[in-house]
Amino acid sequence: MYRYDEFDSAFVRARVEEFRGQVARRLDGSLTEDEFKPLRLKNGVYLQLHAYMLRIAIPYGTLSAVQLRQLAVIAERYDRGYGHFTTRQNIQFNWPKLRDIPDILSLLADVEMHGIQTSGNCIRNVTADHFAGVAPDEIEDPRAVAELIRQWSTAHPEFSYLPRKFKVAVTGAARDRAVTAAHDIGLRIVRNAAGETGYTVLVGGGLGRTPMIGKVVRTFLPKADLLAYLEAVMRVYNLEGRRDNKYKARVKILVHEIGVEEFRARVEAEFAGLDGPGINADPAEVARIAAYFAPPAYAKLPATSTKLAARRASNPAFAEWVAVNTAPHVAPGYAAVTISLKGIGEAPGDITAVQMRAAADLAGRFSFNETRVTHLQNLVLPHVRQDDLFDVWQGLIASGLATANVGLITDIIACPGLDYCALATARSIPIAQAIAHRFADQARQRDIGELNIKISGCINACGHHHVGHIGILGLEKRGEESYQITLGGDATETAAIGEILGPGLSANEVPDAIERIVGVYLAQRYSGESFIAAVKRLGLAPFKAAFLVAPGAHHAAA
Amino acid sequence: MAASPAKRPSLPAILLANDLLDGDVVFRAASGWSRDPAEALVAHDEAAAAALEAAAVEALSAQQVVDAYLVDVIIDPQGRAVPRHFRERFKTLGPSHRTDLGKQADFGSA
Repeated sequence: MYRYDEFDSAFVRARVEEFRGQVARRLDGSLTEDEFKPLRLKNGVYLQLHAYMLRIAIPYGTLSAVQLRQLAVIAERYDRGYGHFTTRQNIQFNWPKLRDIPDILSLLADVEMHGIQTSGNCIRNVTADHFAGVAPDEIEDPRAVAELIRQWSTAHPEFSYLPRKFKVAVTGAARDRAVTAAHDIGLRIVRNAAGETGYTVLVGGGLGRTPMIGKVVRTFLPKADLLAYLEAVMRVYNLEGRRDNKYKARVKILVHEIGVEEFRARVEAEFAGLDGPGINADPAEVARIAAYFAPPAYAKLPATSTKLAARRASNPAFAEWVAVNTAPHVAPGYAAVTISLKGIGEAPGDITAVQMRAAADLAGRFSFNETRVTHLQNLVLPHVRQDDLFDVWQGLIASGLATANVGLITDIIACPGLDYCALATARSIPIAQAIAHRFADQARQRDIGELNIKISGCINACGHHHVGHIGILGLEKRGEESYQITLGGDATETAAIGEILGPGLSANEVPDAIERIVGVYLAQRYSGESFIAAVKRLGLAPFKAAFLVAPGAHHAAA
Repeated sequence: MAASPAKRPSLPAILLANDLLDGDVVFRAASGWSRDPAEALVAHDEAAAAALEAAAVEALSAQQVVDAYLVDVIIDPQGRAVPRHFRERFKTLGPSHRTDLGKQADFGSA
């Protein structure tokens, strides 16, 4: 894992003390709320419905056991005993008191964490594939470049007052697990014909009220040119981005309005005029950063574990969990374990302090002290010996963390929604809970197979509903919560925005509607065909027909 | 942030806000601010609503509260003021899936 150098450490400490001073001046009246709000947001402090909320960055989703234990301390000492993992691989605490937040930030600084740039019109926490460094289909660990971008973008003077927030995601694998096409900049590590690694650069993706799939601006960018090229993209955006209208201020609108060819031409012109060597990272520094992401000292193991095979043969529940919640690993004899934070009836992404400690202990015993946070709001133990999977599973059972549903219909993304969020127009969590209860039967879930439901409680789309195979958007309609269902979204390298199926539904109509959609799939799928593949083959029509026959659904135009 | 006379909701109404230090939802009561929704002072006429707005302005400038605004309510059969809009109803209760948290846990459901 990356470790802070002296500069990082001093910077984060200084920011804690700066914020302590700002809070004191707010409390004594030297700062008005209007003056204080942008300052608190720069440290990840929001005001939500019931309380303040603190958003803490987890760069590229990599979290050590020590950090997870510290989050448990904060949850118990300063919050209500739990935290919430978000779709940007961050964690949020829902109940901190403003008076305590400087002390919380100080505890975070002790473990090299902070809330800086988790809000505001700046380059936000850089996200990455949660299987970075362990995925067999990976060209290169994306975290080294994500960390380089983190360092470059932190407090970057030129890009601290952008027209709007700016999100970057990186993947190093063929399978896009980082939703790069829905980010302001998506980087995909690729190899060219000469065998050199570089980046395919996508710009202008994003969800929210105007969902867009990112456009390829550069097919192959040499690695050495990355920062200068990013600087060129940021400059074009910073100059031309719509500061007059916050709904049109994201780079996706600029790319859309001037077209990708014109945008590319402006970036290339800017790039050509930049002092590349002065901006690009020193190769020695790049190597220094990359060294932190060197693989841990794996044991030399056979590719398959006889111990695991025996356990699987004798314990069907364990076999089920292994089949669903573990992923192949680049090192022979190892596996990546996804810990589902989607227990049936639980709030997606929520984790108690006790569970944080349990996961940290398992990471300590079995995964080189490392965990990952996924944008799907789960945790990963990235390096587990197959021989140890049974012990890990036992530990997870004891902590209520052994739900075997990763990638299945009950592994639902849900934003906090109107149960917490001041911006929400409807609730998300109870919808996720109701769907999870409806599809709780394990055999049925497995029969349905991979199906991603993603729920947002407002148009800002923190719940990624646009790229859910089934997306659910909570809105307000005539003083009631109303849910709009979309179909055919895709968050991977074949990214697509889902299409609206029909009129909005009331909350209690949603599980039945999902049943009907799934019913069409089950009736019409080919052998081995996934839900999303069937949707792409069949088109919207049969699903729409089933959706609209709902008793109680309004047959008026949407 | 401050309740604006131009956007005054229909009556009856209560004044709610978040406590500056704690963030907890607070209600303008007969005297000062209360964390208990049952103690919210209900404005039934324009003069009372104006008085609540004046209290909001004063508390905002005195660094007591943030995000203070008037909320239109109905008076239920038990005589309790219940916000008309579901958003503010949640604000006076707490997370709907966690009845162990928020006002609903501290004061019973409003």
